[in-house]
Parts: sequence; C-alpha cells; structure tokens
Amino acid sequence: MLRVITERLRQGRRTIAFPKAAPVLPERFRGRPKVDPAACKPGCEGCLAVCPTGALRATPSGPALDMGRCIFCGACERACPGGTVTFSRDHRLAAGTRADLVVNGAEAPRFEALENARRKLFAGSLRLRQVSAGGCGACEADLNVLSTVVFDIGRFGIEFVASPRHADGLVVTGPVTRNMLAALLATHEATPDPKIVIASGACAISGGLYAGLPETRGGATAHVPVDLFIPGCPPHPVVILDGLLRLLGLPTPD
Amino acid sequence: MPMAFTHREATPLDRVPRLAPGEFTAWVKRQVAGGARIAALFGAPEQDGVHLYAVMALDRDCGLAAARTGPVSRYESLTPDCPQAHWFEREIYEQWGVLPENHPWLKPIRFHAGYGANSMIRPRPGETSYFRVEGPEIHEVAVGPVHAGVIEPGHFRFQCHGEKVLHLEISLGYQHRGVEALLTQTADPRTAPLIETLSGDATIGHALAHQGVLSALCGTAAPARALAIRSLALELERLANHTGDLGALAGDVGYLPAASYLGRIRGDYLNMTALICGNRFGRGIVRRGGVGFDLDERLADELAARLARARVDTAGALNLLFESASVLGRFENTGTLSVQTALDLGLVGPPARACGLARDARRAYPAPGAYSPGSGDGLDIPVRLHDTGDVFARALVRRLEIEASLDFCEAAVRRLPGGELVRAPGASAPDSLAVGVAEGWRGEIWHLALTGNDGRPRAYKVVDPSFRNWFGLAYALRGEQVSDFPLCNKSFNLSYCGHDL
Repeated sequence: MLRVITERLRQGRRTIAFPKAAPVLPERFRGRPKVDPAACKPGCEGCLAVCPTGALRATPSGPALDMGRCIFCGACERACPGGTVTFSRDHRLAAGTRADLVVNGAEAPRFEALENARRKLFAGSLRLRQVSAGGCGACEADLNVLSTVVFDIGRFGIEFVASPRHADGLVVTGPVTRNMLAALLATHEATPDPKIVIASGACAISGGLYAGLPETRGGATAHVPVDLFIPGCPPHPVVILDGLLRLLGLPTPD
Repeated sequence: MPMAFTHREATPLDRVPRLAPGEFTAWVKRQVAGGARIAALFGAPEQDGVHLYAVMALDRDCGLAAARTGPVSRYESLTPDCPQAHWFEREIYEQWGVLPENHPWLKPIRFHAGYGANSMIRPRPGETSYFRVEGPEIHEVAVGPVHAGVIEPGHFRFQCHGEKVLHLEISLGYQHRGVEALLTQTADPRTAPLIETLSGDATIGHALAHQGVLSALCGTAAPARALAIRSLALELERLANHTGDLGALAGDVGYLPAASYLGRIRGDYLNMTALICGNRFGRGIVRRGGVGFDLDERLADELAARLARARVDTAGALNLLFESASVLGRFENTGTLSVQTALDLGLVGPPARACGLARDARRAYPAPGAYSPGSGDGLDIPVRLHDTGDVFARALVRRLEIEASLDFCEAAVRRLPGGELVRAPGASAPDSLAVGVAEGWRGEIWHLALTGNDGRPRAYKVVDPSFRNWFGLAYALRGEQVSDFPLCNKSFNLSYCGHDL
C-alpha cells in the first residue's frame, strides 16, 4: 500500500492545462492549413498532383483546401515552390458545417456552438457512443486517450458509454464500409432524441483515403446528420477536445 | 525442386517451381513437418486462371521457400493436416472461389463479393453458419459488431455452459475497405498513406514491410541514417502499444493505479513519435528509399531525455502491476495456450513468444542493411520469451520487450549514423516475387508482391499478424469464463482493420 502511495506521489499530476491555457503541441505538428492565393504561380498545379485524397482543388480565386478530405501529410506544402499552401500549428480545425472545412485565402469562418436547446442539455453532461465504421483504428486510439488523466474529458461532464440507449450522441469514425452501414444506422436509430453526431477524422467526414472505393460508403456525412466535423488523420486529441468544447459553447483559449 | 531464397532480393517467377496441385499440397506439408511455417498462401490471377502461391518461412538465415500451382479451381484442403493453413484457405475460397475440398470450416472471413471470375453471391456481414453446441443448459452469448468501448467492430459468439465458454467463434470483415487491390498502383499518391493505414496503430511496421518489398524489387537498401530512424520509430511504436495494452490489462482486472499511469505513458511514447514527424502514429516517417524526417542533434537530445523519463515512469507503474497479488491471481492460468497449439495455429508475435516460440522477424528476417543481430554493437534487440502461454506470459513478454526496446532506443538515439536520408531506388525487377517482413508490435507483418513484365506489382498481398492470431484468441477462451474475455482479448489486442484490409 505504501508503495502504491509513493508511486502515486512520484507520478504526479499530469492533466494538461488546456483549455485554461493554450495547448502544447509537437513542433512539427501540422495543424490548420493556410492558403495564400497571391503566392500561387499561374499554371503550376504541383500541389494538386501530389495530394493523395483530392483535398486540394483549383478555383478561380486560387487553390482551396478541404480539411474534410485532408490527411495532413504535408505533401502539398513540400511540392509548392512559392509557399501557397503551408500548415500552421493552430489546433482549431473543427467546424460545425461541412462547408466551413474549406480553407482558401479568406478569413476562417466563426464556429457556432450548438443551438441553445441542445447546448443547454449537453453542456454539463454529454454521454457519447462511439461507432467505428471502417478506417484504420488510429481515430479510435486517439479518442480513447481523451478518457486518460492527460485530457480527462470527465472534467467537462463528457463520457463514452457502452450503449446507444445511454447516449446523447454518436462519435463516428471510418469511411463507413458496406459491411458497417446497417450497424451505423441501427446505432443512430437506437440513440434517443435529441442527439448529436460527431464525425471524427477524414474518413468519417468524406471517406478520406478510402473515398470512392467500392467497399466504402463515403463516411458518416453521407448517412446521418452531422453536428461537428473534426479533421485529421487521425485528429490530435487536443483538436477533438477543442471541437467538443466549442460545440458545447465552453470557453477555449484564443 | 522448390527453390530457396531470402527476403533480401526478388526471385524471378520462372524459378518458382510450378507443381501439380497434389504435389503442391504435399510439398507444403513436408515443409511444415520439417519445421517451416506458412508465411503466406494466396491466390493470384494469371492469364490461364487462378494460381496458388505458397511462401514458407524457415526461420533461420533469412530463409524462405516458394512453390506455386495452377491454374486450379479445386484442390485437397491442407487444413485437416496443417491447421495453420485454415484462415489462408478460407481467404482463397472467398476471394477466388478456388475450393479447398474437405476444409472443415469453410465460411467467409471478410464477407465481400468474390474477385475475378468468382461470382459467389455476396453474403450479408456476420451471416454464416456458426458452430453451435447443443444441449438443455447451453446458451449463446452474441456480442458486436458495435462494441461497448471505443474499439473497432467485430462479431463474437460464445457457446456457454453456465459461465464456462465451450467455444468462441469470431466473425470479422466489418472493417473491410477493399484496400489490397489498390496497392498494386505504386505510382498513386494514395499508396504510401494507404500502407500506413492498413492497421493504424502499426503504421511503421506495415510501412517497413512495404519498403522491404520495394527494396527487394529494386535491389536498393535505404541509407544507414534512414534505417536507424526507421528502427527507432518501430520500437517507439512497440513501446506505445505494449505500454497501453498493459495499462488496459490492469484496467480489466480493476487495478486502477497502473491502468491510469500506463494509459498516460502510452501517450508519452506517441508524443515521442510526434516529436520526429508531427503525427502521433508516425505518418510520413517511412518514405520510399528512406525516411521523410531527420532528427537533428537538438531533437535527438530531447528524445533521449524523454526516453529516460519514460523509462522511470514505466518501470514504476509496471512494478506496481507485477507486484500486486490480486493482479497476478487474475493473469496466471487464464487464457492458456499450449506450445503445441501455438505451433499448430502458426501464431506469431508476443502470443507465440509467450509459449516459448522464438519467432521474431527482427532476428530471423532483418531489413536489408539494418543492424545485424548478434554483432555485439549494443544495438541488438534480444528475443524475449516466457513459456506458460497464459495472460501472465503475454503480459510478461510485453514487459520484457518494453525494456529491450528502451535499451535499443536509448542507445540508437545516441549513435545515429550520419549521411543521407533517402537513396533513390533502382529499377524494379520484372516478373518476380518479392517479400517484405517486419516485426511489428503484434508480430510479423508480411507483404508480398508479384510483378509484371514492367516491374510493377500486379498482385500485392498483406498478411497482418492478426490474420494468424485471431484464431489463437478463440482457442485461448476455451474452458475459460465469459468474464475472462476482455482480459484474454486485451492480452492479444489484435487488429480488426489489419485483418479485414
């Protein structure tokens, strides 16, 4: 018993300061992309060819990067001679609408929290059921760590539960395989209203790397109404936590 | 005579002997009787129909042997005499419709439509003839595909008498993305990230097996500095997953101090990987012909300091875990596999080493140009073994591997060789068979490619360690209680997506 207590003291307190302070992220972390159309050389489509998921598109006003498809591999940044596309370390990637995930030269859109009725219900107590529907398991791994002492989502009354009947919402990961579509729809149906749906990771948002494969079905967005989109491959836990807090209208650092 | 080769170079396909189906199965059985294992057994489309390829692992001196047969539409099943062929033969039947006659357990493994001319009707996921135990007091427990935790989907059926599990049947395929077919497109910018997501928590392992294939085909080894950074990343991946799983095992037996420390320390290892490349799962570290990220002196110092801190934290938490009588009482004699079962089923990785089988690709099949085992350079990673085959043995082997990986990482980060990060690969060998193998944290990851006359892969095969070990988990549950399932499951912690592909 004494050794257990001694070890407890030695291991110390390890919960991160976020959201009271800005998060500490790896220095090579690739966060919110920046697109500077002014730097784009006419006729150069170097970035478009190397993007594995078709996240980059040419538009009349310069390139646009869809974070819902992006796997944050950085290939476009490396391929671009003029610095048109760069990745910042900004962790604020989550958005409430699919359209707000598109980054172009314009100002980032404002994130709107849930409407009052659901926000008031869930802001102190949010029970989530996770549905893994294809993908590679990495999104699940970095959702799991939210429950460790480091991120401690229990602080905000958020918890993963074992049944959709106990849940206020779903967190969907993966491109939704043909073999998981029925299970996803059944789980959504079994979750009582009012509910929310969170699509976590490029696969759940758009099909990601697997978009267009005959065995996949375009992610959660194609099948259930989504309230929160969390980009990444997989999203860093801080990115997920930031999205959850902003959805619930809880304070986060600027 | 079927020919022997190594994973270090590609083998011309015309040197792989083409046997009659009966000779082919007899050859595989002879190889197994002589101590070899099935590294891969798979079908591939050829001009005149489907051919079967067998690649056998001799487990010494990088030794492999291969043979083929075809065209073939049916043959006598290997499984009754050679249980390690069981899952491979089901896969061949599901993909190509080639019938292994008298296979005792011939049902889908991924529940998809057949390939090529195989027009078998697509089954609905999970709908198959499950093994059933009959009797007045027998009951069945069905779980999944959606599980109670934050975890991938799969369907489990327990045949129970009271609490006692008579048989567990595991039905997978829910994660099937159909990704293998895409891996022949080596010029596609999706290929590298798809390889890294075959099983997301084994990103480095799969990427290294893939590079093994390319390196054999092109006859080019990555430069020394790249090999060192790759090895570091592979061991960091092992550290993170072993640590996390030991924490989860602690949680499953209700020992919360170790569960919460180890769950956190797993993240510390993931963050070390992110220190190298910015991503906690090592995406982008392994690149064709080398690595995509360097470790300068400052980052190497930072990594060394973090490793030293993590070593103390990990040891403190593991000491608590392995000193707790109530934990050991639950770990010992739970989910026991005999060495014979492990041999018969062809298990790999920590579950095999926990039965005393010294199977470790880092030793038997080191990457071309990598540190040579037994060279006494201080960078040798010893094989860790135990022999009781139970949850305790699997936990202990992982603990010992954590210590070995820490020793390696701390030495390697101090002695990174200089030089370039990428070496441009040469031309890819045409009409060849190439094999890449890496010891991921779950066990051996095998990738195989058959190239066409342009040197590009025309067939690509992935064998995740989970493909072999899922049946081992089913076996470990026999005679145990339903309530022991989470503990046994976590002691294997197999990949659904790596199996389903």
